[in-house]
Amino acid sequence: MNRFLAVVNVLGKMILVFGFTMLVPLGLAFWTNDGARLIFQESILITVSCGLFMWLATYRYKRELQTRDGFLLVVLVWSVLPAFAMLPLLFYLPELNISMAYFEAVSGLTATGGTVLTGLDMLPLSINLWRGEMVWLGGMGLIVLAVAILPLLGVGGRQMLKAETPGPMKENKLTPRIAETAKGLWLVYTSLTLACMAAYKWAGMSWFDAVMHAFTTLGLGGFSSHDASYGYWDSPLIESVAIIFMLIAGINFATHFLVWRAKSLASYRSDPEVGLFVVFVLASCVGFAAYLWLVGVYADPLIALRYASFNIVSIATTTGYSSTDYSLWPVFIPLWMLFLSGFCTSSGSTGGGIKMIRARILYQQVYREMITIMHPSAVTPARLGRGVLSNRIIFAVLVFMFVYVVSIVFMTLILTLSGLDVITAFSAAVACINNLGPGLGQVGPATTYASLTDFQTWVCSFAMLLGRLEFFTLLIVFTPAFWRK
Amino acid sequence: MKIIILGAGQVGSSVAESLVSEANDITMVDVDPERLALLQDRLDLRTVVGNASHPSVLVGAGAEDADMVLAVTAQDETNLVACKLAATMFNTPTKIARIRSSEYLAHPEIFSTVNFSVDFAICPEQILTEYIENLVEFPEALQVLDFAAGKVSLVAVRALNGGPLVGQQLQELRKHVPNVETRVAAIFRKNSPIIPEGDTVIEVEDEVFFIAAAEDIRAVMRELRKMDEPVKRVMIAGGGKIGRRLGVCLEKDYQVRIIEHNYKASERLAAELQNTLVLHGDATDENLLESENIAEMDMFCALTNDDENNIMSALLAKRMGAHKVIALINRRAYVDLVQSGGIDIAISPAQVTIGSLLAYVRHGDVAAVHSLRRGAAEALELVAHGDARSSNVVGRKVEEIQLPKGATIGAIVRGMPVTKGLFGETLGEDEVEHNESSNAQVIIAHHDTVIESEDHVILFVVNRKMIREVEKLFQVNVGFL
Repeated sequence: MNRFLAVVNVLGKMILVFGFTMLVPLGLAFWTNDGARLIFQESILITVSCGLFMWLATYRYKRELQTRDGFLLVVLVWSVLPAFAMLPLLFYLPELNISMAYFEAVSGLTATGGTVLTGLDMLPLSINLWRGEMVWLGGMGLIVLAVAILPLLGVGGRQMLKAETPGPMKENKLTPRIAETAKGLWLVYTSLTLACMAAYKWAGMSWFDAVMHAFTTLGLGGFSSHDASYGYWDSPLIESVAIIFMLIAGINFATHFLVWRAKSLASYRSDPEVGLFVVFVLASCVGFAAYLWLVGVYADPLIALRYASFNIVSIATTTGYSSTDYSLWPVFIPLWMLFLSGFCTSSGSTGGGIKMIRARILYQQVYREMITIMHPSAVTPARLGRGVLSNRIIFAVLVFMFVYVVSIVFMTLILTLSGLDVITAFSAAVACINNLGPGLGQVGPATTYASLTDFQTWVCSFAMLLGRLEFFTLLIVFTPAFWRK
Repeated sequence: MKIIILGAGQVGSSVAESLVSEANDITMVDVDPERLALLQDRLDLRTVVGNASHPSVLVGAGAEDADMVLAVTAQDETNLVACKLAATMFNTPTKIARIRSSEYLAHPEIFSTVNFSVDFAICPEQILTEYIENLVEFPEALQVLDFAAGKVSLVAVRALNGGPLVGQQLQELRKHVPNVETRVAAIFRKNSPIIPEGDTVIEVEDEVFFIAAAEDIRAVMRELRKMDEPVKRVMIAGGGKIGRRLGVCLEKDYQVRIIEHNYKASERLAAELQNTLVLHGDATDENLLESENIAEMDMFCALTNDDENNIMSALLAKRMGAHKVIALINRRAYVDLVQSGGIDIAISPAQVTIGSLLAYVRHGDVAAVHSLRRGAAEALELVAHGDARSSNVVGRKVEEIQLPKGATIGAIVRGMPVTKGLFGETLGEDEVEHNESSNAQVIIAHHDTVIESEDHVILFVVNRKMIREVEKLFQVNVGFL
């Protein structure tokens, strides 16, 4: 119990701080007088007082957190913060029930981007800003998660590179201290966000839209302030800017940091994920543009390329914007897009899915297995670039993959059981676990998650958390061994 | 010359043996008195017991007036320190060190005068690797030795039925391959040398040494025997230093498999070699060889550090169908035993390495030395200096040079960068003329070819006893300066 209270103490502090981040939309509400001012005041008051209470009440249990406490803290932060983040939505939209509001907040903080709201264009600017800010804060939290927590579990992408690989990979421990590393990564994240804002403004967005969409682009969240998403502007220029920044956000921020510090692009080349990520995404874009043009969905190949590129990049990077209803395209393409979302983004980015590095290791393992069958005496190390991975890591990846597939199957079954059709259930499970956002069928790009029942909404919220915390962080808390003294 | 050899191991003893017979004063230093005693029983040299990197030991070995220190102990570090001591304390003119670790070799600057002061760093594993690499490239050859930075090669090949020139006179060669410049330097028939003349008839089983530009080797070999298929698949037994280096060199162009019996070592090997199949097991295990398709291998190289193992696995591989087998054999008795008895090529590491060491011990300006036929014969690359008055070779036609019988001038390379001074001293970095070695021109020697100053002359000497005479010929006559 003491452990729990010690963690609650830290959690209280974080809720307190989180409450203050609502000052940003409150400021906007004051300035534009959009009618959401009181709502944000109330939300801040509740959040801050809850946080303060939790902090002070458990003050005497305060102690240095241990590794296990870290997991608990992460799980609590990611599941409790949405409960406070949903307050403004809950207060402003009376038709929203708790399960929907919580879904929306989880979707924001896990940078998923599936929404239950319609009439986004009618919402006060401050509410939309808050939705964007949730994604951005979630993305920021993710980067820290990748640096500080996942390595302890041995399932984080970075950790695979850290200890095992010799040579140029060693610099992956960016700075000697985690706090310093986190600071460096946030700096990169913030600078890129500012750059993205400026680029959006330059490409023709209003300042408000630029800020909101820069938040959701860098967080790879996919919330938009328009029901039509990027179809609202129908501007190739804006879409190009979005494509570029989505691709940037799909790359490991640690690699960006190295590039920025060394002032040389060499780190991108030596990164084990960037090359494959770019190849997969670009090949898909070009291939499907040709396909869409050939089957006659678009008469002009350039138009086909424009729509294919934007939507494929958006889905592959698990952002979830759309510029057209791609569920009307030949069904192979949306399915391939869902598949891409499963593995394209890099570890340490704000994207979801199993991450490119694990896909690479899995592929490697398949190849190794075949060599071993052909040459029983062969010694085949699992390579990553010039380095070699230990079997411990291979196992971790295989188990991760197993849990990933089982989770998708399980979630699909539960959703089907609760009454959804198979396509909707499967795509919702994949879209939530990959932190992608839009699925197909009932939850497709042209619709929202609003049609789901309360139960289905909770399942989806859980799936998003599961995917975001890379399964083990969340599941470990449910094991009896975790609570044993 | 007064020479101190540090380390009485395989290379140290072979070099000592080779140098003692050339009237040098040799002092051997080693920590093992028994090994030194054995050596002293056999050879006329002085021995000192002690750590080669201790100043007192070096003083005891007479380093004060030594002309050369040859540091060939088992430890790179000892060799480096010994060279530095020799330079700092005794100002020894020539310091040669054996350096095996590629960690050091990758940074040549640590050998410079201000640092470890090593004049020549020799890596036997590297030399052996290049030697074997040549054999893989030319599987028909018994030996391929490079001169003038790879521009000219001396190739030993056994004449076999099916070669158009076999059973013909040597002068027919010119008619057979009119566009190729080559010169047969020597023929060994039943292990005794024959001085090749125009009317010498080549017989089956003759060991023919010819000199040609690197790109003409195949054309000449085709005249002497039926050509094999180019090598595609290579199997290496033993993933030690040599096996690993060879794997690195070959894996780009060939399908390479390496068998290593130590699991940890094979794991390391597999991590380093990207395109090589590393197998864990015993190279003498016929089941492993069978399951890895030994019969399909174009080349099998037994390169472990165990002679018996190499011989057995090579014989086994040959028996099971490997096309050509090479074995690394340290003990001289074994080499004689197995060559031409199942194993195609037996390589003696000491003999291969010794050549590069000898190049620095010779008088005059010697750019390269290769030991041939287990040390009986030698091929040298000498640099001619001076002018018609001061030199016995410069300005003269090949037929006018007073070479001892059994020595042949095979080729001349003109326009090589000058790296040594008039008396064989090494020039500093700034003194070296940096003309591109790619400008160098290969001239296959004819009786009327005139030798110019700074030409690199490639000589074949069938008997080592003539070497002193040949060297003397190439020394600049100081009286005429």
